[in-house]
Amino acid sequence: MKMLFKGSEAIAEAAIRAGCRLYFGYPITPQSELTEYMSRRLPEVGGTFLQAESEVATVNMMYGASCTGKRVMTSTSSPGFSLMMEGISYMAGGELPAVFVNVVRGGPGLGDIQPAQSDYFQATKGGGHGDYRMIVLAPHTIQEAVDLMNLAFDLADKYRMLVTILADGMLGQMMEPVEFPPMRDPNDVPEKDWALTGAKGRPPRKVTSFHIDPYELEKMNLRYQATYKKVEENEVRYEELNTDGADIIVAAYGTMARIVKTVIHMAEKEGIKVGLFRPITLWPFPYKRLNELADTVDTILTVEMSYGQMLEDVRLGVNGKAKTPFYGRSAGVVPTPTEVLDAVKKAIGR
Amino acid sequence: MSTYSVVAAGFGGQGVMLMGKIIAEAAMHDGKKVTWLPSYGPEMRGGTANCTVVISDEDIGSPVVDTPDVVIAMNIPSMIKFEEVLKKDGILLINSSVVDRQPTRKDVKVFKIKANDVADEIGNVKVLNMVALGAFAKASGLITFGSIKKALEETMTGKKKVFLDINIKAVQEGMEKIEKA
Repeated sequence: MKMLFKGSEAIAEAAIRAGCRLYFGYPITPQSELTEYMSRRLPEVGGTFLQAESEVATVNMMYGASCTGKRVMTSTSSPGFSLMMEGISYMAGGELPAVFVNVVRGGPGLGDIQPAQSDYFQATKGGGHGDYRMIVLAPHTIQEAVDLMNLAFDLADKYRMLVTILADGMLGQMMEPVEFPPMRDPNDVPEKDWALTGAKGRPPRKVTSFHIDPYELEKMNLRYQATYKKVEENEVRYEELNTDGADIIVAAYGTMARIVKTVIHMAEKEGIKVGLFRPITLWPFPYKRLNELADTVDTILTVEMSYGQMLEDVRLGVNGKAKTPFYGRSAGVVPTPTEVLDAVKKAIGR
Repeated sequence: MSTYSVVAAGFGGQGVMLMGKIIAEAAMHDGKKVTWLPSYGPEMRGGTANCTVVISDEDIGSPVVDTPDVVIAMNIPSMIKFEEVLKKDGILLINSSVVDRQPTRKDVKVFKIKANDVADEIGNVKVLNMVALGAFAKASGLITFGSIKKALEETMTGKKKVFLDINIKAVQEGMEKIEKA
């Protein structure tokens, strides 16, 4: 049965259904409802909700909890995500699985509480120090956010990696009818042969991001890189709409992509065929498919709620084979369908 | 029916967010696709609040709307702000208990409902949002009374259940007492 759910609350419920019973977090708009929902719901299902004193404490609690092999998550918004970066780097080094939800708001600095996509670089290119990667998933509807939560936890466990759900204030605050997957048994997850569960009857294990000998640390790093390579080979996801025979392809993700879906209809009425290329995994980014599409059109317009961050990945994918103009607004201003349509027309000289 | 968008706007405290949510929920029960998007910016007490509801037979793209089909203006600032962007031939529903002036647009269909007065007569001024919602249902034909009732029954549970009947009554009164300007 479909239920009308707020994005933040739907993500929380979906995480619980994916078997997450441990949530650490600190409230911040526009996703405080997620934290609040967890505080009410987790005790009902035998889980633990802990409001940390800060985001710095949150991420270190996650490090500890993830070491035990349980599914663990937090949620935050931009400035809070920045505060977590040191711990994220440590967790990546410790090869610890965990899910982060960043409901992005306007920045930089304290910014505002309106929707934005200006944390793309931070999520996909690091943010923390060291040669690490996170899997980054970008839902564009609340239903998709719900569906991706299961995937997020599964990928985190499968690759022993961090997964970020990169949403924005609009997805966090709006409501849509959603259908939830069934509740998964939190104990029904693959055995983790690295988890710190007490060394009774077995040799002790160690989780660390550290080695004082550079050659040993290099070995650890090469192991991380091998994992990332596997993820790049196997986990690229995207949606294509109307790209076949399009006059122009628009590359957009998340909320911006759903606005483009409306623009497709508006443009059709004016005789312009607009295609949409929507990366679902922002890392690993679908460079290869984009490169193929660049052979089929003259122009791939990137539209973002930022001043051009995914644009850099689009250009890497297109690799000079098509024109790559950009339209974007940021700081919490969401481009309207009419504005995007104007940008489309400008890009093809109409 | 293809895609319709509704903006409900008023003072904080007039219940426009709940009004929008009930509209969305009712439309969902009618088998439509819906989105509900609140304005959640920093607002001062007594400032304006609004939400946008999109109702469609098809999957909804943008929840952001630049030219709504319907505007429900519960106060003067909301009327001034949103009548400008209302679609030509769209519906402008005005809470005439509060809005004591005429809209400037001549190319839209104007309806009036004395939401505060009707709510007062029923016995609780707080249900003025449901009076306006009833008027909206009547003027637009976008949602049915049965679905509104179902949405209210699902929303007003537990401690809030005692308010269910008066809210349903408010919707009915709103449907009856709406005036075409």
